[in-house]
Amino acid sequence: MTTPAIASFINIGERTNVTGSAKFRKLITNGDYSAALDVAREQVENGAQVLDVNMDEGLLDSEKAMVTFLNLMAAEPDIARVPVMVDSSKWEVIEAGLKCVQGKAIVNSISMKEGEEKFIEQARKVRRYGAAVVVMAFDEVGQADTFARKTEICARAYRILTEQVGFPPEDIIFDPNVFAVATGIEEHNNYGVDFIQATEWIRRNLPHAHVSGGVSNLSFAFRGNEPVRAAMHSVFLYHAIKVGMDMGIVNAGALPVYDQIDPELRDLCEDVILNRRPDATERMVDNAARFKGDGAAAQQDSRKDMSWREKAVGERLTHSLVHGITEFIEQDTEEARQQSARPLHVIEGPLMDGMNHVGDLFGSGKMFLPQVVKSARVMKQAVAYLQPFLEQEKRDMGLTEKPANGKILMATVKGDVHDIGKNIVGVVLQCNNYEVIDLGVMVPAQRILDEAKKHNVDMIGLSGLITPSLDEMVHVAGEMERQGFDVPLLIGGATTSRVHTAVKIHPNYNQGQTVYVLDASRAVGVASALLSSEQKPAYVADIKAEYAKIAEAHLRGEQNKQRLPLADARANGLKLDWKDYQPPKPSFIGTRVFEDFDLADLVSAIDWTPFFQTWELKGRYPAILDDEKYGEAARTLFKDAQVMLQRIVGEKWLTAKAVVGFWPANAVGDDVALYGDEGRTQEVARLHTLRQQIARREGRERAHIALSDYVAPNGTRADWVGGFVVTAGIGEEALAKRFEAEKDDYSSILSKALADRLAEAFAERMHQIVRKQLWGYAPDEAYSNEELILEQYRGIRPAPGYPAQPDHTEKDTLFRLLDAERAIGVKLTESRAMWPGSSVSGLYFSHPDSEYFGVGRVERDQVEDYASRKGWTVEEAERWLAPVLNYDPALMKTMSVAAE
Amino acid sequence: MTQFTPRHSDGAEVLAALAKAAQERILVLDGAMGTMIQRYKFSEADFRGERFKHWNHDLKGNNDLLILTRPDVVEAIHLEYFEAGSDMVETNTFSSTSIAQADYGMEELAYELNYEGARLAKNAARTAEAKDGRRRFVAGAFGPTNRTASISPDVNNPGFRAITFDQLREAYAEEARGLIDGGADIMLVETIFDTLNAKAALVAIEEVFEQRKVRLPIMISGTITDLSGRTLSGQTPEAFWYSVMHASPFSIGLNCALGAKEMRAHIAAISKVADTLVCAYPNAGLPNEFGLYDESPEAMAAMVGEFATSGLVNVVGGCCGSTPDHIAAIARAVKGVKPRAIPDIETKLRLSGLEAFEFAA
Repeated sequence: MTTPAIASFINIGERTNVTGSAKFRKLITNGDYSAALDVAREQVENGAQVLDVNMDEGLLDSEKAMVTFLNLMAAEPDIARVPVMVDSSKWEVIEAGLKCVQGKAIVNSISMKEGEEKFIEQARKVRRYGAAVVVMAFDEVGQADTFARKTEICARAYRILTEQVGFPPEDIIFDPNVFAVATGIEEHNNYGVDFIQATEWIRRNLPHAHVSGGVSNLSFAFRGNEPVRAAMHSVFLYHAIKVGMDMGIVNAGALPVYDQIDPELRDLCEDVILNRRPDATERMVDNAARFKGDGAAAQQDSRKDMSWREKAVGERLTHSLVHGITEFIEQDTEEARQQSARPLHVIEGPLMDGMNHVGDLFGSGKMFLPQVVKSARVMKQAVAYLQPFLEQEKRDMGLTEKPANGKILMATVKGDVHDIGKNIVGVVLQCNNYEVIDLGVMVPAQRILDEAKKHNVDMIGLSGLITPSLDEMVHVAGEMERQGFDVPLLIGGATTSRVHTAVKIHPNYNQGQTVYVLDASRAVGVASALLSSEQKPAYVADIKAEYAKIAEAHLRGEQNKQRLPLADARANGLKLDWKDYQPPKPSFIGTRVFEDFDLADLVSAIDWTPFFQTWELKGRYPAILDDEKYGEAARTLFKDAQVMLQRIVGEKWLTAKAVVGFWPANAVGDDVALYGDEGRTQEVARLHTLRQQIARREGRERAHIALSDYVAPNGTRADWVGGFVVTAGIGEEALAKRFEAEKDDYSSILSKALADRLAEAFAERMHQIVRKQLWGYAPDEAYSNEELILEQYRGIRPAPGYPAQPDHTEKDTLFRLLDAERAIGVKLTESRAMWPGSSVSGLYFSHPDSEYFGVGRVERDQVEDYASRKGWTVEEAERWLAPVLNYDPALMKTMSVAAE
Repeated sequence: MTQFTPRHSDGAEVLAALAKAAQERILVLDGAMGTMIQRYKFSEADFRGERFKHWNHDLKGNNDLLILTRPDVVEAIHLEYFEAGSDMVETNTFSSTSIAQADYGMEELAYELNYEGARLAKNAARTAEAKDGRRRFVAGAFGPTNRTASISPDVNNPGFRAITFDQLREAYAEEARGLIDGGADIMLVETIFDTLNAKAALVAIEEVFEQRKVRLPIMISGTITDLSGRTLSGQTPEAFWYSVMHASPFSIGLNCALGAKEMRAHIAAISKVADTLVCAYPNAGLPNEFGLYDESPEAMAAMVGEFATSGLVNVVGGCCGSTPDHIAAIARAVKGVKPRAIPDIETKLRLSGLEAFEFAA
């Protein structure tokens, strides 16, 4: 759905335009400039690349308003960041505006309406003030309506501007006039076609010039029917962008994705816009009313059948909750409130009934996570609507707390930044009438405990994604014990496991019960069992018995896990042939920064399967879209993702940056020395790697690999190693916060999940660029996206902290070499999580035999050796390597003390 | 000394000569004028001279006025720079607009200051040329004035402006007329704190070119005021370039406020995006605790020399604190170094606010 053309399409917001926004017009006519500035700020925050400012209003002194507003804007760095489009039909207003902007603006617009002489004079001035210009297809005769007139006028204007005025062609933007179609007047039928063809002609014949247009004119005949208008705009843009339209005054966020417009409506739109049949207008007019009603983005089934609106208010609320429809929620909540004695009864009554229904459907597998999160969004908006009434009642009647099933505090532990899973669990719990206190990410243990005390919570939930978080959770559990807590402790997140919880966390917290929660769908069951006085004793007893069994089995397993002594493992290392192999040399040494990587380029590289897993929809993409069980939920989720992705790309909600580096390198034992120069005189860093020590059964002898085996050993040949950090998370936090502020957890979680996918896609794409160009050892490689996902290419990009090198602190070296924080703004937390979270880092190895592997568990001999190589104490090494130790350091200590 | 009879410079010839020289080597600008004037420790009476003996404002510190009251000194300083190795010197007209001279009640003298300022520098150029036969140029200097067109001086009233674009344009036009009539070869808009002021100067210069039927090469030099890496008015170096590129200047660059060390990253940023020559003339370091610039000629020349060997610049010189010794050292450091090659910049729509915007299409 996203073509490169979309990424290079500038959406020019029309909300600081008095002719485009009634709200803005009112603010300006009332002289409320500070609120008007907020409108501008909001547009920039929402990703506007250029701010259109228009003050053409009959009752205003437009020139004065333009000057006042631009001067005020100049004083706001967060607004003045972006270029301005000085928009007026009056030249004096434009000129006054140009005298207020220090940057390079766009003038909108000039034309040959009053003849060539005036046009040249104005164009010269625009150039002298240093602005780009929109030229309307308008001449002495009038506004161009047909293809012939549009192209004739634009060609003439182009010639005059480039030849007589010396205007750079890339600074010219033609507006070939979007006119209304389907008006019933026959001459208007071809207006859409005329514009699209003229666009194509301009882009082909007038080099470097751009094409823009005010799209909303197109659907003028369908005022009042927003879904049809939006569909027309989307279809029109789809065709115009395809042939080169690259700028437009559009409310892009409100547009449906072309592919997902109801095919019948899309056909009707295409018929009128492309003038495909003589009765196109008639058919459109006849059918338009059917598509009126809820917005294009709402669910399809409900669009077709609006009969649910006839039902009683309680049923309507349930319908909205189950289907995730926000459109009528305030209206229906208000109706329910009027029928209730107290506003609280609306929550306790119809809204909770609806949510219970959602909970039942979810519990019985008839609804899925994305749908539940959408339901929660509806619920939140209903409660937000009632909030002032509840407050009022509190004041009138004294305190009455909303009775919740329980209070749960949730946090992502210190050093970790990942929170998608935690947020999903939070939403699911809230749906089930639990009060959730969410402390966010990177929360230190003491703060968790202080807040837990302060709010007198019934339960604490911890989340984490990277391995060092496991230790932090053990620490939190120990502190809960020490500080006398007895509330249940829930553990969840990608890196956590039932075994780790049973063996490491549970034994540290005896006063209360620790419970591992596999995924969000289990959270409610666990919470309700733990908070029910009848169920709890039996439930806890079961858990305790289960964990004891797991711990016992684990211990048995431990004893059976034979490891090879490090010396033997080294002797059996991977011995590659360096005599007849010439390692490829990268195209540069040192680092290179990619400041603003094209997001559109990443969209096609997205691996969608993990995206659905995030939402607990299990299956491979694209098969999951047709899955019998998950298909419907997956399709809706996918559609919502596409709409948001289009906005993320088109409006630059996120920025992708990368830094890549290569260094001369040679293996030194199990380490790799990196040098600052080809002479290899100055060692700039040493990468430490770990070696497999697994004892393999007879007959299954394979090498015991360490990453250093993939690099030519010192004294053999010149070799090189690369490294990278990519992020698609610049802007991620602000975006999620904005959605949270709008009580839209669904979009907040969706945006984070997409940012994660973009980051992974970016890592994949960058690896491809490395193989084909930057390192250049596979210039002719041509794999499809599917093959790329299956990693069929040459070379690997293992990340510190993951199976091939489980030590997260190796990121320190990588980040230092790449100067990643300064270069692209990605930081490491104390647990070596990357911030922003949607970032990926790793090393590059080029050897054709290199492949991903897991180091597996390591023995104490290697830990001691590794510690001395890293300049650590053995305890430090044991702490960072805790998840892969083949022994229990505490046990070892006790044993050695006993031996003395 | 040679006396130069003012006449309009032949812009096309100047441009051709400059362009040819710039292809072969890195050009050298002069150093600070103020630092040199301070050495003379002039009193109020020296500044006044005979002509302004009874002027009703204190005049000490009006360095530009020395053009009229101590022309011998101003010309001698220009000559010292030429002899130290400068290819071009700046006229002593940094504050010679009616706006900046209003502090001394000397608005009326603006044209005369610029005319005489250009003439004196030309005199020095002729003297230097006669000595060694090497071509010298005079750059007519346009300072930023002491008002800003896009920043309010009143924090409580951010929409207020102490000066308008048109007021600046008129004052700059008068300055341009004086400099052109006095024989300047180049128009140098420098020490740009606020790009809108510079844009007013550029419009004025274009208008005067039209009136006078001349077209001289333009040089533009912005100022990154502190370590934030932005101009006082908030622009990044790239955004600044996009804001003034329409003037098709002979060179774009930075001067003042920072020493070479702190300027490097910003000049590198401009060097990357500018499809014209790049000019850098930093201060002699950052001021010490006494407010004095104390970077040695050798230290400064080493850093400016590195700009050159790294291919970042085409024109170099010095600003506050630099002296003929600094310029001589810099001239030696860049001698024989290949000038920066102008990069091929893809044709794209480029816009700017405080930050640069590049259209992907």
